[in-house]
Amino acid sequence: MAGVTLTDVSKIYDDGTRAVSDLSLDVEDGELVVFVGPSGCGKSTALRMIAGLEEISEGEIKIGDRIVNNLRPRDRDVAMVFQNYALYPHMTVAENIGFALRMRKVPKGEARRRIEETAKILGLQEHLRRKPRQLSGGQRQRVAMGRAIVREPHVFLMDEPLSNLDAKLRVQMRAEISRIQRQLRVTTVYVTHDQVEAMTMGDRVAVLRRGLLQQFEAPQRLYERPANLFVASFIGSPAMNMLEGTLERNGDGIACRIGSASFALPPEVLKDRPALADHLGKPIAVGIRPEALDEPGRRNGGGGGSLRGRVQGIEALGSELLAYVDIEAQPILVEDVLEGIVDAEAAADIAQIKGGSDGARATVVARLEPSANVHPDDTLELAVDLRRLHFFDLDSGLSIV
Amino acid sequence: MSATAGTGPRSLPTVAQSERRQRIARTLTYSFLIAVAIVYIFPFVIAIVTSFKTEPNATADPLGLWPSPVTTTAFNQLYKDQDFLLWVKNSMIVTLSVTFLRVFLDSLAGYALARLRFRGRGLAFAAIVAVMAVPGVVLLIPKFLMIRQLGMYDHYSGMIIPLLVDAAGVFIMKNFFESIPASVEESARIDGASIFRIYWSIVLPMARPALVTIFILSFQGSWNELAHFIISAQSSGLNTLTKGVAQLASGQLGSGNRYPLKLAASVLMTIPVALLFFFFQKRIMNVQSGALKE
Repeated sequence: MAGVTLTDVSKIYDDGTRAVSDLSLDVEDGELVVFVGPSGCGKSTALRMIAGLEEISEGEIKIGDRIVNNLRPRDRDVAMVFQNYALYPHMTVAENIGFALRMRKVPKGEARRRIEETAKILGLQEHLRRKPRQLSGGQRQRVAMGRAIVREPHVFLMDEPLSNLDAKLRVQMRAEISRIQRQLRVTTVYVTHDQVEAMTMGDRVAVLRRGLLQQFEAPQRLYERPANLFVASFIGSPAMNMLEGTLERNGDGIACRIGSASFALPPEVLKDRPALADHLGKPIAVGIRPEALDEPGRRNGGGGGSLRGRVQGIEALGSELLAYVDIEAQPILVEDVLEGIVDAEAAADIAQIKGGSDGARATVVARLEPSANVHPDDTLELAVDLRRLHFFDLDSGLSIV
Repeated sequence: MSATAGTGPRSLPTVAQSERRQRIARTLTYSFLIAVAIVYIFPFVIAIVTSFKTEPNATADPLGLWPSPVTTTAFNQLYKDQDFLLWVKNSMIVTLSVTFLRVFLDSLAGYALARLRFRGRGLAFAAIVAVMAVPGVVLLIPKFLMIRQLGMYDHYSGMIIPLLVDAAGVFIMKNFFESIPASVEESARIDGASIFRIYWSIVLPMARPALVTIFILSFQGSWNELAHFIISAQSSGLNTLTKGVAQLASGQLGSGNRYPLKLAASVLMTIPVALLFFFFQKRIMNVQSGALKE
């Protein structure tokens, strides 16, 4: 067992593009860390550098106490699961799982024992003599996992291992991988573009964008305290509503104006984010999670003020009801936000935001109780939970704290 | 048939009518195809039939489709008077050596060009493609000169070695290897396999369809090769089937046209390749199957 330490790691291609820039992070022994970000953010490249499939242009990667920069993949004692499984089609399941052991000259008897043990963990005992093409997608995925597990490596590396599965199977395998990882306590780096996967599986999550590490924290922390506009938009589904707001003096305190509505910020918010005072009079981005908007009198009791608008559409999801409400406010459509939202697989939402953004109108998403009595074209008042607002500097994109 | 609905039974074809129309179309198509097939197969049929004729019969009735009397004299003569078995042996030696080594070497070269990064890779590949553009005849004399210079003239080595690698085969293998997902090989690398091990245990078994193609092309090509054997050997002890039969056909046999003898040799010579095609025809057509990710 060993942790993985990346120190100022960069990947620079011959044409000068930087796929990964000065990535420094530390995966602790036995921890599952997820690299997440939109395509092209460098997450896979970073993983492949750890695996040894990609040369490290700058910086240093350590597995345990060993610097592995110049070690061949086979000498790094890592096992990798690929997106397309990369099974050997001409070998049986048992041969697939046992290939690495054969390469390492593990004695036959022991190899057989380990293959069987692995098959048991994964529920593959009955399929050991089949060829990959005779298996379903989920079973193939398991074989790919089995190839990694049987090695008993220091580190598991997983490159979008679930993205070829259908939605239901993905959820199931997600839980299974988590279970196996916890059971074996093998340090794991897991790459995905799916923020839900990242949130549910990671002990800690590293959000990457354009080769740069944006934030590296526990999922809940990431959700509650996003470091910048990009992370705020990327994490969470539906995405955080981003509206332009202005801070203004309000007696002793500070009020935030969104459109024509003004919200007096509670003292605990001001205490928590002292830098807000430096942004008086300047336009900033105000982020409101869909669950921070509700019908007045429900969860957050109102009092803090409300936004009002016409309901454009609703999505009843059974456990909750999403209402898309057209309000008077300037939407934030800077790149940081758009990139985050689009890659959170909420392309439909973005279309709506763009369509509804003529001048100073924005569409916000509110997560309501399923029993909410809301219909399209109603005028809806949304109480805003002011303690859960997020504030971002529009120039730097950073959270104002 | 664009009649509007309800204008009567004449304008819309009934089921029976359209079935009949289809049957006629099918009959016409097949008649045409059968006619074409006959044109193609006729010379071969003549060859088979004539090989069972007596010489006078063949001379008097060269295109007759029924030998009278039926005789195997020509085959006996071939066996007794000519070095037919020697030709078969030489052809076998050359063809089998060329085929097996070519499959191996083509795939090695194809793999290197597809997957290994080395200086001059692009240039090497361009050169190989360029070779395909040069007609073989152009190279006959230079080849002859080189074979002699290297002391391989009139020896099996001179007949075999120059045929060992062919540009088209390397090209096919390279393209096939490129269609194998890189992650399969990366996976093997992480599993601890060396480059040769990856080639041998992972990639080569996955390339079976391409290997079969190369095998058939090589077998067929070297079995039917004539020009190269003419320039690489002269002693009759090294005659291959092609050379032997060509000598028969060019008529240095003294009296008579000896059609039955020549055609008997041709027919026998055709059998191995015909069998090969017969058994592998499906594989030849399906070069691509199995190339896609499972």
